[in-house]
Amino acid sequence: MQTVKMVVTGPFSSGKTQFIGSVSEIDVVATERKISGEGEKQVKDATTVAMDFGRITVDEDLVLYLFGTPGQKRFDFMWEILSEGMLGFIVMIDSSRPETFREARSILQTFRAYAPTPYVVAANKQDMEDAWELEDMRNALRLDPNVKLLPCVATDLKSVKSVLLELLYSILAEMEAGA
Amino acid sequence: MALNGNLRDFTITQLLNLINLASKTGTLIIEGPRETAEISFREGKLAYAMIGEKNNNLAGILYGAKKLSASQYRAIQQRAGHVSDKELGLLLINAGYMTQQDILEALQKKFSSVVRQLFTWVEGFFRFDKQKMPPEDRINVRLDLENLIIEGSRQLREWEQLQDEIPSLEMALKFTDRPGADLKNVNLSVEEWRVVSYITPKNKISQIAKATKMDDMEIRRVIYGLIQAGLVEITKPEGAVKPMIKDNMFPTQDKAEQKSLVNRLINRISSI
Ligand SMILES: Nc1nc2c(ncn2[C@@H]2O[C@H](COP(=O)(O)OP(=O)(O)O)[C@@H](O)[C@H]2O)c(=O)[nH]1
Ligand SMILES: [Mg+2]
Repeated sequence: MQTVKMVVTGPFSSGKTQFIGSVSEIDVVATERKISGEGEKQVKDATTVAMDFGRITVDEDLVLYLFGTPGQKRFDFMWEILSEGMLGFIVMIDSSRPETFREARSILQTFRAYAPTPYVVAANKQDMEDAWELEDMRNALRLDPNVKLLPCVATDLKSVKSVLLELLYSILAEMEAGA
Repeated sequence: MALNGNLRDFTITQLLNLINLASKTGTLIIEGPRETAEISFREGKLAYAMIGEKNNNLAGILYGAKKLSASQYRAIQQRAGHVSDKELGLLLINAGYMTQQDILEALQKKFSSVVRQLFTWVEGFFRFDKQKMPPEDRINVRLDLENLIIEGSRQLREWEQLQDEIPSLEMALKFTDRPGADLKNVNLSVEEWRVVSYITPKNKISQIAKATKMDDMEIRRVIYGLIQAGLVEITKPEGAVKPMIKDNMFPTQDKAEQKSLVNRLINRISSI
Protein backbone atom coordinates (compact mmCIF):
# COMPACT_ATOMS: atom_id res chain seq x y z
CA MET A 1 0.00 0.00 0.00
CA GLN A 2 1.34 3.41 -1.00
CA THR A 3 0.41 6.59 0.79
CA VAL A 4 0.68 10.28 0.03
CA LYS A 5 -0.36 13.21 2.14
CA MET A 6 -1.63 16.74 1.93
CA VAL A 7 -1.75 19.27 4.73
CA VAL A 8 -4.60 21.63 5.52
CA THR A 9 -3.48 24.64 7.48
CA GLY A 10 -4.85 28.05 8.41
CA PRO A 11 -5.89 30.13 11.41
CA PHE A 12 -8.04 28.93 14.26
CA SER A 13 -11.66 28.27 13.27
CA SER A 14 -11.02 28.80 9.57
CA GLY A 15 -12.67 25.48 8.72
CA LYS A 16 -9.83 22.95 8.55
CA THR A 17 -11.63 20.21 10.47
CA GLN A 18 -14.79 20.81 8.48
CA PHE A 19 -12.90 20.68 5.19
CA ILE A 20 -11.25 17.37 5.96
CA GLY A 21 -14.43 15.97 7.47
CA SER A 22 -16.38 16.74 4.31
CA VAL A 23 -14.30 14.45 2.09
CA SER A 24 -12.80 11.95 4.47
CA GLU A 25 -14.15 8.42 4.41
CA ILE A 26 -13.27 8.01 8.07
CA ASP A 27 -14.26 10.22 10.97
CA VAL A 28 -11.76 12.97 11.40
CA VAL A 29 -9.90 11.60 14.38
CA ALA A 30 -9.42 14.83 16.19
CA THR A 31 -9.42 14.90 19.94
CA GLU A 32 -11.76 17.68 20.83
CA ARG A 33 -10.91 19.12 24.20
CA LYS A 34 -12.10 22.18 25.98
CA ILE A 35 -9.41 24.79 26.05
CA SER A 36 -8.93 27.66 28.39
CA GLY A 37 -7.63 30.44 26.14
CA GLU A 38 -10.29 33.12 26.67
CA GLY A 39 -10.40 34.68 23.23
CA GLU A 40 -10.38 31.35 21.50
CA LYS A 41 -13.15 30.02 23.65
CA GLN A 42 -15.51 32.69 22.46
CA VAL A 43 -15.05 31.61 18.90
CA LYS A 44 -15.57 27.93 19.41
CA ASP A 45 -16.24 25.79 22.43
CA ALA A 46 -13.88 22.98 21.63
CA THR A 47 -10.66 23.05 19.72
CA THR A 48 -8.56 20.40 18.12
CA VAL A 49 -5.53 19.55 20.17
CA ALA A 50 -4.67 16.37 18.37
CA MET A 51 -4.37 16.44 14.64
CA ASP A 52 -7.23 16.24 12.23
CA PHE A 53 -6.70 13.25 10.11
CA GLY A 54 -8.72 12.22 7.07
CA ARG A 55 -8.40 9.46 4.51
CA ILE A 56 -9.38 9.01 0.90
CA THR A 57 -8.75 5.56 -0.56
CA VAL A 58 -7.79 6.03 -4.20
CA ASP A 59 -7.56 2.38 -5.23
CA GLU A 60 -6.27 -0.86 -3.77
CA ASP A 61 -2.67 0.44 -3.87
CA LEU A 62 -2.97 4.08 -2.98
CA VAL A 63 -4.30 6.11 -0.08
CA LEU A 64 -4.35 9.89 0.37
CA TYR A 65 -4.12 11.24 3.90
CA LEU A 66 -5.23 14.71 4.80
CA PHE A 67 -3.71 16.28 7.89
CA GLY A 68 -5.03 19.38 9.55
CA THR A 69 -2.62 21.49 11.54
CA PRO A 70 -3.50 22.66 15.01
CA GLY A 71 -4.10 26.36 14.43
CA GLN A 72 -2.71 27.80 17.60
CA LYS A 73 0.78 29.20 17.67
CA ARG A 74 1.87 27.04 20.58
CA PHE A 75 1.53 23.95 18.47
CA ASP A 76 3.45 25.31 15.54
CA PHE A 77 6.33 22.90 16.06
CA MET A 78 3.94 20.37 14.53
CA TRP A 79 3.83 22.27 11.29
CA GLU A 80 7.37 21.42 10.36
CA ILE A 81 6.85 17.80 11.26
CA LEU A 82 3.66 17.59 9.23
CA SER A 83 5.00 19.37 6.20
CA GLU A 84 7.76 16.83 5.69
CA GLY A 85 7.04 14.91 2.50
CA MET A 86 3.63 16.41 1.75
CA LEU A 87 2.41 16.60 -1.84
CA GLY A 88 1.11 20.09 -1.25
CA PHE A 89 -0.87 22.16 1.17
CA ILE A 90 -4.06 24.14 1.44
CA VAL A 91 -4.32 27.33 3.44
CA MET A 92 -7.84 27.78 4.77
CA ILE A 93 -8.97 31.30 5.55
CA ASP A 94 -12.27 32.40 7.04
CA SER A 95 -13.35 35.02 4.48
CA SER A 96 -15.69 36.61 7.00
CA ARG A 97 -13.04 37.30 9.64
CA PRO A 98 -10.59 39.86 8.25
CA GLU A 99 -8.95 40.07 11.67
CA THR A 100 -7.39 36.68 10.89
CA PHE A 101 -5.90 37.61 7.51
CA ARG A 102 -2.62 38.78 8.94
CA GLU A 103 -2.14 35.53 10.78
CA ALA A 104 -3.09 33.60 7.66
CA ARG A 105 -0.40 35.40 5.75
CA SER A 106 2.16 34.58 8.35
CA ILE A 107 1.14 30.89 8.42
CA LEU A 108 1.42 30.81 4.64
CA GLN A 109 4.89 32.31 4.73
CA THR A 110 6.01 29.91 7.43
CA PHE A 111 4.81 26.91 5.46
CA ARG A 112 6.42 28.09 2.28
CA ALA A 113 9.67 28.40 4.15
CA TYR A 114 9.46 24.80 5.41
CA ALA A 115 8.73 23.32 2.05
CA PRO A 116 8.56 24.94 -1.38
CA THR A 117 5.70 22.63 -2.36
CA PRO A 118 2.66 23.55 -4.43
CA TYR A 119 -0.19 25.10 -2.48
CA VAL A 120 -3.54 26.77 -2.93
CA VAL A 121 -5.39 29.23 -0.74
CA ALA A 122 -9.05 28.53 0.06
CA ALA A 123 -11.23 31.54 0.80
CA ASN A 124 -13.56 29.61 3.06
CA LYS A 125 -17.04 30.46 4.36
CA GLN A 126 -17.92 32.23 1.14
CA ASP A 127 -21.53 31.44 2.01
CA MET A 128 -21.44 33.94 4.88
CA GLU A 129 -22.94 37.34 4.31
CA ASP A 130 -19.87 39.05 5.73
CA ALA A 131 -17.44 37.19 3.48
CA TRP A 132 -14.89 39.36 1.71
CA GLU A 133 -14.66 39.20 -2.06
CA LEU A 134 -11.81 37.21 -3.56
CA GLU A 135 -10.15 40.20 -5.16
CA ASP A 136 -10.04 42.10 -1.86
CA MET A 137 -8.72 39.05 -0.07
CA ARG A 138 -6.02 38.53 -2.66
CA ASN A 139 -4.89 42.12 -2.23
CA ALA A 140 -5.12 42.07 1.55
CA LEU A 141 -3.20 38.80 1.74
CA ARG A 142 -0.83 40.09 -0.90
CA LEU A 143 -0.95 36.90 -2.91
CA ASP A 144 0.99 36.66 -6.12
CA PRO A 145 -1.26 36.73 -9.19
CA ASN A 146 -0.16 33.17 -9.98
CA VAL A 147 -1.17 31.77 -6.60
CA LYS A 148 -4.58 30.10 -6.75
CA LEU A 149 -7.10 31.71 -4.43
CA LEU A 150 -10.24 29.57 -4.54
CA PRO A 151 -13.72 30.27 -3.24
CA CYS A 152 -14.68 27.60 -0.73
CA VAL A 153 -17.54 26.44 1.44
CA ALA A 154 -16.06 23.65 3.52
CA THR A 155 -19.46 22.25 4.42
CA ASP A 156 -20.12 21.64 0.74
CA LEU A 157 -18.47 18.53 -0.69
CA LYS A 158 -18.42 19.86 -4.26
CA SER A 159 -16.53 22.91 -3.15
CA VAL A 160 -14.01 20.89 -1.12
CA LYS A 161 -13.45 18.56 -4.07
CA SER A 162 -12.70 21.42 -6.40
CA VAL A 163 -10.14 22.89 -4.00
CA LEU A 164 -8.37 19.52 -3.76
CA LEU A 165 -8.48 19.13 -7.53
CA GLU A 166 -7.02 22.58 -8.09
CA LEU A 167 -4.14 21.67 -5.82
CA LEU A 168 -3.59 18.44 -7.74
CA TYR A 169 -3.66 20.30 -11.05
CA SER A 170 -1.01 22.66 -9.68
CA ILE A 171 1.12 19.69 -8.64
CA LEU A 172 0.77 18.16 -12.08
CA ALA A 173 1.65 21.47 -13.73
CA GLU A 174 4.78 21.76 -11.57
CA MET A 175 5.79 18.21 -12.48
CA GLU A 176 5.38 18.98 -16.14
CA ALA A 177 7.29 22.25 -15.83
CA GLY A 178 10.12 20.44 -14.04
CA ALA A 179 10.30 17.54 -16.46
CA MET B 1 -20.25 40.48 0.05
CA ALA B 2 -18.48 42.76 2.36
CA LEU B 3 -15.40 44.82 2.79
CA ASN B 4 -15.56 45.63 6.43
CA GLY B 5 -13.57 45.26 9.59
CA ASN B 6 -11.79 47.05 12.37
CA LEU B 7 -9.01 49.60 12.21
CA ARG B 8 -7.12 47.48 14.70
CA ASP B 9 -6.59 44.95 11.91
CA PHE B 10 -6.23 47.23 8.90
CA THR B 11 -4.58 50.61 8.74
CA ILE B 12 -6.04 53.41 6.65
CA THR B 13 -3.16 53.03 4.22
CA GLN B 14 -3.94 49.35 3.80
CA LEU B 15 -7.55 50.22 3.04
CA LEU B 16 -6.49 52.85 0.52
CA ASN B 17 -4.25 50.20 -0.99
CA LEU B 18 -7.18 47.78 -1.40
CA ILE B 19 -9.30 50.50 -2.99
CA ASN B 20 -6.48 51.57 -5.28
CA LEU B 21 -5.55 48.07 -6.45
CA ALA B 22 -9.15 47.09 -7.15
CA SER B 23 -10.05 50.49 -8.67
CA LYS B 24 -13.08 50.66 -6.43
CA THR B 25 -16.02 53.02 -6.66
CA GLY B 26 -18.03 53.81 -3.55
CA THR B 27 -17.67 55.26 -0.08
CA LEU B 28 -15.47 54.11 2.76
CA ILE B 29 -17.29 54.81 6.00
CA ILE B 30 -15.21 54.81 9.15
CA GLU B 31 -16.87 55.07 12.51
CA GLY B 32 -14.28 56.36 14.92
CA PRO B 33 -14.80 56.73 18.66
CA ARG B 34 -15.97 60.32 18.31
CA GLU B 35 -16.69 61.00 14.68
CA THR B 36 -17.60 59.29 11.45
CA ALA B 37 -15.58 59.82 8.29
CA GLU B 38 -16.84 59.26 4.77
CA ILE B 39 -14.35 59.03 1.95
CA SER B 40 -15.64 58.49 -1.56
CA PHE B 41 -13.78 57.05 -4.52
CA ARG B 42 -14.32 56.70 -8.22
CA GLU B 43 -12.39 53.96 -10.01
CA GLY B 44 -9.82 53.90 -7.26
CA LYS B 45 -9.28 57.67 -7.16
CA LEU B 46 -10.21 59.93 -4.27
CA ALA B 47 -13.41 61.84 -5.12
CA TYR B 48 -14.63 63.35 -1.87
CA ALA B 49 -13.89 63.30 1.85
CA MET B 50 -15.46 64.54 5.02
CA ILE B 51 -15.31 63.94 8.73
CA GLY B 52 -18.32 64.38 10.96
CA GLU B 53 -20.90 67.01 10.28
CA LYS B 54 -18.23 69.65 9.97
CA ASN B 55 -18.83 72.43 7.54
CA ASN B 56 -17.69 70.85 4.33
CA ASN B 57 -19.36 73.12 1.82
CA LEU B 58 -17.44 74.78 -0.98
CA ALA B 59 -17.60 78.27 0.49
CA GLY B 60 -16.11 77.05 3.76
CA ILE B 61 -13.36 75.16 1.96
CA LEU B 62 -12.48 78.12 -0.27
CA TYR B 63 -12.43 80.40 2.73
CA GLY B 64 -10.17 77.94 4.55
CA ALA B 65 -7.88 77.94 1.51
CA LYS B 66 -7.86 81.75 1.58
CA LYS B 67 -9.51 81.94 -1.83
CA LEU B 68 -12.37 83.91 -0.32
CA SER B 69 -12.10 86.76 2.13
CA ALA B 70 -13.97 86.75 5.42
CA SER B 71 -16.55 89.19 4.13
CA GLN B 72 -17.07 87.31 0.88
CA TYR B 73 -17.50 84.15 2.88
CA ARG B 74 -19.99 85.82 5.19
CA ALA B 75 -21.99 87.17 2.25
CA ILE B 76 -22.22 83.71 0.72
CA GLN B 77 -23.15 82.17 4.07
CA GLN B 78 -25.93 84.66 4.59
CA ARG B 79 -27.35 85.01 1.13
CA ALA B 80 -26.42 81.95 -0.91
CA GLY B 81 -27.62 79.20 1.40
CA HIS B 82 -29.88 77.83 -1.33
CA VAL B 83 -27.12 77.67 -3.93
CA SER B 84 -25.47 74.29 -4.44
CA ASP B 85 -21.68 73.84 -4.44
CA LYS B 86 -21.66 73.21 -8.17
CA GLU B 87 -23.69 76.34 -8.86
CA LEU B 88 -21.56 78.43 -6.55
CA GLY B 89 -18.41 77.16 -8.21
CA LEU B 90 -19.70 78.11 -11.64
CA LEU B 91 -20.80 81.54 -10.43
CA LEU B 92 -17.37 82.25 -8.96
CA ILE B 93 -15.61 81.08 -12.12
CA ASN B 94 -17.94 83.03 -14.38
CA ALA B 95 -17.48 86.12 -12.25
CA GLY B 96 -13.77 85.81 -12.83
CA TYR B 97 -12.94 85.40 -9.13
CA MET B 98 -11.16 82.16 -9.59
CA THR B 99 -10.46 79.45 -12.11
CA GLN B 100 -11.75 75.92 -12.13
CA GLN B 101 -8.20 74.89 -11.32
CA ASP B 102 -8.24 77.05 -8.16
CA ILE B 103 -11.39 75.39 -6.97
CA LEU B 104 -10.22 71.85 -7.69
CA GLU B 105 -6.90 72.47 -5.99
CA ALA B 106 -8.60 73.82 -2.89
CA LEU B 107 -10.85 70.77 -2.77
CA GLN B 108 -7.97 68.34 -3.35
CA LYS B 109 -6.04 69.95 -0.53
CA LYS B 110 -9.01 69.79 1.76
CA PHE B 111 -9.86 66.17 0.99
CA SER B 112 -6.22 65.09 1.28
CA SER B 113 -6.04 66.71 4.68
CA VAL B 114 -9.16 64.85 5.76
CA VAL B 115 -7.51 61.57 4.75
CA ARG B 116 -4.31 62.60 6.57
CA GLN B 117 -6.34 63.19 9.68
CA LEU B 118 -7.55 59.60 9.42
CA PHE B 119 -3.98 58.29 9.55
CA THR B 120 -4.03 59.06 13.25
CA TRP B 121 -7.15 56.99 13.89
CA VAL B 122 -6.33 53.65 15.43
CA GLU B 123 -9.78 52.58 16.49
CA GLY B 124 -13.01 52.28 14.64
CA PHE B 125 -15.10 50.15 12.36
CA PHE B 126 -14.89 50.52 8.62
CA ARG B 127 -17.08 49.38 5.79
CA PHE B 128 -17.03 50.04 2.11
CA ASP B 129 -20.39 50.89 0.57
CA LYS B 130 -20.38 50.42 -3.20
CA GLN B 131 -23.74 52.12 -3.61
CA LYS B 132 -23.01 55.27 -1.69
CA MET B 133 -21.56 58.35 -3.40
CA PRO B 134 -21.28 61.94 -2.17
CA PRO B 135 -24.36 64.15 -2.51
CA GLU B 136 -25.14 65.12 -6.12
CA ASP B 137 -24.57 68.82 -5.62
CA ARG B 138 -21.02 68.46 -4.32
CA ILE B 139 -17.98 68.95 -6.52
CA ASN B 140 -15.80 65.85 -6.73
CA VAL B 141 -12.12 65.64 -7.49
CA ARG B 142 -10.08 62.87 -9.03
CA LEU B 143 -6.91 62.34 -7.06
CA ASP B 144 -4.47 59.42 -7.33
CA LEU B 145 -4.10 57.59 -4.05
CA GLU B 146 -0.43 56.67 -4.36
CA ASN B 147 0.91 59.82 -2.76
CA LEU B 148 -1.45 59.61 0.18
CA ILE B 149 -0.61 55.96 0.66
CA ILE B 150 3.11 56.65 0.69
CA GLU B 151 2.61 59.51 3.13
CA GLY B 152 0.58 57.28 5.40
CA SER B 153 3.16 54.51 5.21
CA ARG B 154 5.93 56.90 6.23
CA GLN B 155 4.10 57.40 9.49
CA LEU B 156 4.04 53.74 10.33
CA ARG B 157 6.29 53.41 13.32
CA GLU B 158 5.58 50.02 14.78
CA TRP B 159 8.53 47.78 14.26
CA GLU B 160 6.41 44.71 14.71
CA GLN B 161 3.99 45.61 12.00
CA LEU B 162 6.75 46.42 9.55
CA GLN B 163 8.42 43.14 10.28
CA ASP B 164 5.12 41.44 9.80
CA GLU B 165 4.62 43.09 6.44
CA ILE B 166 8.12 42.36 5.21
CA PRO B 167 9.29 39.33 7.15
CA SER B 168 12.39 38.57 5.14
CA LEU B 169 15.03 40.89 3.73
CA GLU B 170 16.34 37.99 1.65
CA MET B 171 13.59 38.55 -0.88
CA ALA B 172 13.86 40.78 -3.95
CA LEU B 173 11.55 43.41 -5.42
CA LYS B 174 10.10 44.10 -8.81
CA PHE B 175 7.92 46.82 -10.27
CA THR B 176 4.29 45.89 -10.69
CA ASP B 177 2.83 45.86 -14.16
CA ARG B 178 -0.48 47.18 -12.88
CA PRO B 179 -1.98 49.68 -15.32
CA GLY B 180 -1.91 53.17 -13.89
CA ALA B 181 0.96 52.48 -11.52
CA ASP B 182 3.42 55.15 -12.47
CA LEU B 183 6.38 56.25 -10.40
CA LYS B 184 6.49 59.54 -12.26
CA ASN B 185 3.32 60.72 -10.56
CA VAL B 186 4.52 59.95 -7.09
CA ASN B 187 6.30 62.35 -4.76
CA LEU B 188 9.20 60.35 -3.43
CA SER B 189 11.87 61.53 -1.04
CA VAL B 190 15.54 61.37 -1.98
CA GLU B 191 15.99 58.22 0.12
CA GLU B 192 13.00 56.60 -1.51
CA TRP B 193 14.32 57.39 -4.99
CA ARG B 194 17.65 55.86 -4.09
CA VAL B 195 15.93 52.65 -3.04
CA VAL B 196 13.86 52.68 -6.23
CA SER B 197 17.00 52.92 -8.34
CA TYR B 198 18.20 49.58 -6.97
CA ILE B 199 14.98 47.66 -7.52
CA THR B 200 15.40 44.61 -9.72
CA PRO B 201 14.76 40.92 -9.06
CA LYS B 202 18.54 40.54 -8.99
CA ASN B 203 18.92 42.56 -5.79
CA LYS B 204 17.81 41.25 -2.44
CA ILE B 205 16.28 43.79 -0.06
CA SER B 206 19.23 43.27 2.27
CA GLN B 207 21.58 44.26 -0.55
CA ILE B 208 19.56 47.37 -1.30
CA ALA B 209 19.70 48.29 2.38
CA LYS B 210 23.46 47.95 2.35
CA ALA B 211 23.87 49.99 -0.82
CA THR B 212 21.65 52.77 0.50
CA LYS B 213 23.07 52.59 4.03
CA MET B 214 19.71 52.02 5.62
CA ASP B 215 19.02 49.91 8.67
CA ASP B 216 16.45 47.11 8.69
CA MET B 217 13.73 49.38 9.95
CA GLU B 218 14.34 52.20 7.47
CA ILE B 219 14.48 49.95 4.45
CA ARG B 220 11.33 48.15 5.53
CA ARG B 221 9.46 51.41 5.93
CA VAL B 222 10.43 52.70 2.49
CA ILE B 223 9.58 49.42 0.82
CA TYR B 224 6.36 49.10 2.73
CA GLY B 225 5.20 52.44 1.30
CA LEU B 226 6.09 51.43 -2.24
CA ILE B 227 4.28 48.13 -1.84
CA GLN B 228 1.20 49.71 -0.32
CA ALA B 229 1.09 52.23 -3.15
CA GLY B 230 0.96 49.28 -5.54
CA LEU B 231 4.21 50.29 -7.23
CA VAL B 232 6.42 47.36 -6.35
CA GLU B 233 5.95 43.81 -5.15
CA ILE B 234 8.04 41.27 -3.35
CA THR B 235 9.44 38.50 -5.46
CA LYS B 236 11.90 35.66 -5.10
CA PRO B 237 15.45 36.73 -5.85
CA GLU B 238 16.51 35.74 -9.33
CA GLY B 239 18.10 32.32 -9.38
CA ALA B 240 16.60 31.34 -6.02
CA VAL B 241 13.60 29.53 -7.43
CA LYS B 242 13.73 26.08 -5.88
CA PRO B 243 12.07 23.12 -7.53
CA MET B 244 8.61 22.56 -6.09
CA ILE B 245 8.49 18.84 -6.67
CA LYS B 246 10.69 16.64 -4.55
CA ASP B 247 11.07 12.91 -4.46
CA ASN B 248 10.16 12.61 -0.80
CA MET B 249 6.62 13.67 -1.71
CA PHE B 250 6.05 10.32 -3.37
CA PRO B 251 6.30 6.69 -2.36
CA THR B 252 8.08 6.00 -5.63
CA GLN B 253 11.07 7.64 -7.28
CA ASP B 254 9.98 6.81 -10.80
CA LYS B 255 8.82 10.00 -12.54
CA ALA B 256 6.23 8.28 -14.72
CA GLU B 257 4.78 6.51 -11.70
CA GLN B 258 4.69 9.77 -9.81
CA LYS B 259 2.67 11.36 -12.56
CA SER B 260 0.34 8.40 -12.79
CA LEU B 261 -0.18 8.61 -9.07
CA VAL B 262 -1.28 12.25 -9.29
CA ASN B 263 -3.61 11.38 -12.15
CA ARG B 264 -5.16 8.59 -10.11
CA LEU B 265 -5.71 11.04 -7.27
CA ILE B 266 -7.41 13.43 -9.66
CA ASN B 267 -9.68 10.73 -11.04
CA ARG B 268 -10.59 9.48 -7.60
CA ILE B 269 -11.43 12.87 -6.17
CA SER B 270 -13.41 13.84 -9.26
CA SER B 271 -15.56 10.77 -8.71
CA ILE B 272 -16.36 11.36 -5.03
N1 LIG C 1 -20.96 28.91 7.17
C1 LIG C 1 -19.88 28.16 7.13
N2 LIG C 1 -19.37 27.66 8.27
C2 LIG C 1 -18.25 26.92 8.21
C3 LIG C 1 -17.61 26.65 6.99
N3 LIG C 1 -16.51 25.90 7.25
C4 LIG C 1 -16.48 25.71 8.58
N4 LIG C 1 -17.52 26.31 9.18
C5 LIG C 1 -17.82 26.39 10.62
O1 LIG C 1 -16.80 27.15 11.23
C6 LIG C 1 -16.48 26.65 12.51
C7 LIG C 1 -15.01 26.32 12.62
O2 LIG C 1 -14.69 25.28 11.71
P1 LIG C 1 -13.56 24.20 12.05
O3 LIG C 1 -13.53 23.24 10.91
O4 LIG C 1 -13.77 23.62 13.39
O5 LIG C 1 -12.28 25.14 12.07
P2 LIG C 1 -10.75 24.77 12.38
O6 LIG C 1 -10.42 25.38 13.70
O7 LIG C 1 -9.97 25.41 11.29
O8 LIG C 1 -10.63 23.27 12.38
C8 LIG C 1 -17.36 25.41 12.70
O9 LIG C 1 -18.50 25.79 13.43
C9 LIG C 1 -17.74 25.03 11.28
O10 LIG C 1 -18.97 24.38 11.22
C10 LIG C 1 -18.19 27.20 5.79
O11 LIG C 1 -17.69 27.04 4.67
N5 LIG C 1 -19.30 27.95 5.93
MG1 LIG D 1 -10.01 22.03 13.86
